Amino acid sequence: MIHITSTDRYRITRWRVVMTNILSLAAGLGVISIIFMIAGVNPLFAISEIFQGSFGSVYGFKETVTKAIPLILIGAGLTLAFRAKFWNIGAEGQLLMGAIFATWTGLTFGDTLPAWGIIPLMFAAGFLGGALWGIIPAILKIKYAINEVISTLMLNYICAHILTMLIVGPWKGGTRFGFPGTDSLPEAAILSVIPGSRIHYVTLILALACAAILTMIIYWTRFGYEARVVGENPEAGKYAGIDFLKTTLILMAISGGLAGMAGVGEVAGIHQYLGYPDSMSSGYGFTAIIVAWLAKLNPLYTVLSGLFFAGILVGGDAIQISLGLPAATVDIVNGTLLIFLIMGDYFLNHKISITFSTR
Amino acid sequence: MEEIIISTLQRTLVAGTPLLLATTGEIICERSGILNLGVEGVMALGAVTAFIVTMTTGSPWLGVLAALVAGMVISIIHAVASVTLQANQVVSGLALTMLGLGLSGMVGKPYVGKPLTIKMENITIPVLSDIPFIGKAVFSQSPFFFLAIALALGAWFLLERTRLGIQIRSTGENPKATETQGVNVFLIRYLSVIIGGGFSALAGAHLSISYSKSWIEGMTAGRGWIAIALTIFALWNPGRAIWAAFLFGGIFVVQYLMQPLGISPNFLAMLPYIATLLILLLISLKDPRKLNAPAMLSTPYKRGER
Repeated sequence: MIHITSTDRYRITRWRVVMTNILSLAAGLGVISIIFMIAGVNPLFAISEIFQGSFGSVYGFKETVTKAIPLILIGAGLTLAFRAKFWNIGAEGQLLMGAIFATWTGLTFGDTLPAWGIIPLMFAAGFLGGALWGIIPAILKIKYAINEVISTLMLNYICAHILTMLIVGPWKGGTRFGFPGTDSLPEAAILSVIPGSRIHYVTLILALACAAILTMIIYWTRFGYEARVVGENPEAGKYAGIDFLKTTLILMAISGGLAGMAGVGEVAGIHQYLGYPDSMSSGYGFTAIIVAWLAKLNPLYTVLSGLFFAGILVGGDAIQISLGLPAATVDIVNGTLLIFLIMGDYFLNHKISITFSTR
Repeated sequence: MEEIIISTLQRTLVAGTPLLLATTGEIICERSGILNLGVEGVMALGAVTAFIVTMTTGSPWLGVLAALVAGMVISIIHAVASVTLQANQVVSGLALTMLGLGLSGMVGKPYVGKPLTIKMENITIPVLSDIPFIGKAVFSQSPFFFLAIALALGAWFLLERTRLGIQIRSTGENPKATETQGVNVFLIRYLSVIIGGGFSALAGAHLSISYSKSWIEGMTAGRGWIAIALTIFALWNPGRAIWAAFLFGGIFVVQYLMQPLGISPNFLAMLPYIATLLILLLISLKDPRKLNAPAMLSTPYKRGER
């Protein structure tokens, strides 16, 4: 008989965390290879194409950094929500709401204000839009016991339809040749990029700063501690006098607000006008969930994991073209890696021993 | 007028059918204490599997069977992660959805836009279908409709009236005590997750071989998420799920009825999601305790712990 026993592990070293993540990703890549093989694609070639396409060339790497910007912003915000066990899967809607608020601000004041006035105003408006869309599920959860997974998801769909209503209706621009979308943002409201790339560096700096500030908030402030208690031990939290509504509202305002700022970056840095929801975000809200998870809910590490998954998005685009694979390929890669990452957590927290006996 | 009533009712029942199938599956799964957010992905995989198998074999029933098997097999992933490895169920379910959507997109790519010429004949029940107004709409329907009703009633009977049902429910409420009674909690949870996945895949099969008879990427269009909301709305009772699913089917149909009145199609497309939130809010305002989920929902069970 083979006996497999597992016992809880109480001391987890940083080295073990890194090794577990690497082994999980490797195992995930193994399974993805099998899927590619079944699909008739040489997995070694496909995987090397993914990483060649994203990290192997200067052009690819610039694109990877561009796509990492929203992933880091959203991912950092999600680490805060997830630490409080608030399952915010509505970042997609929060991003779009931020884009809507920023577009309105840009179109309204862009011609009268200089760039140094309008750009901060747009980021503030985007933060506000995302935050408002984030605190709705917070209120619904704390006051009315409505599951946040459901509410954040429904709000994603609702926001996408609001955006579409705007761009086919009142906000439809005259310069789009009849296609839905707003007019282009005024010159002053467009973010400048690093020459020769699409990297809108203002948003990149904001993303890095937010990841650093959030790390300090989580580890060094009373609020960060309270957010953790809200998630881990609600009973003790109540005794300690933590105001659940207030804490949840603040953390969802931050989490949604950062997604909203990501929306500002996409609209003002990449597209320069507001168009269909699908083109404004390439599923960043969902990919950022994996980014936060791989970062072990540490905002600082989302910089690395954001780059990694941005690379997969860029590489995924590359193999779509070179190997004729469908867009959904990236979902397979992401889904598989995520499953292996969470399965790996078990081996992080448990000591497995296998013993053989004759009986 | 009679025509409109009959066709509205008929379309309501058609639109509610996949919701009922998926909701029933999710109820069984959640009653055992496992939250499965993979419904949307499993539904998509079921849709593509049923479509391909029906097209290549010429038999819709083989398509249904293949979808069922595919849905059950892919759900094992969620079972292993959430039951054996005690992983976070929210994240594991999301991963399952990504995987299901991805696989369906990849496998289905060559089939996009190809029409299905094989028809799954409607079942018309004699005598009952002669009832004025409702007869024709209710008793002459796709086999999936009758299957959905039968499975929901069957699930209700299973959960409320059988020994296995009691074991599933108590596994969701108090796994420790259940195990003390000699019940294998892990086995019950595996079964529930796998059965639930099979139901979701059937919902997808309905979409691709009965409802629209074609396959396009993203054709599940958020129905899986609505099914998860309906599970709460039905308060984890398959009997209530029947009218809840068809109420939502009605909301889908209202979209098309109101469009000629000059109301924005995007506003109407928003209705099911707004309705989901409003209805959950109403339940909560009326009696928050009623929202009580299975006590151990989304809590992993660790054997041998207090």
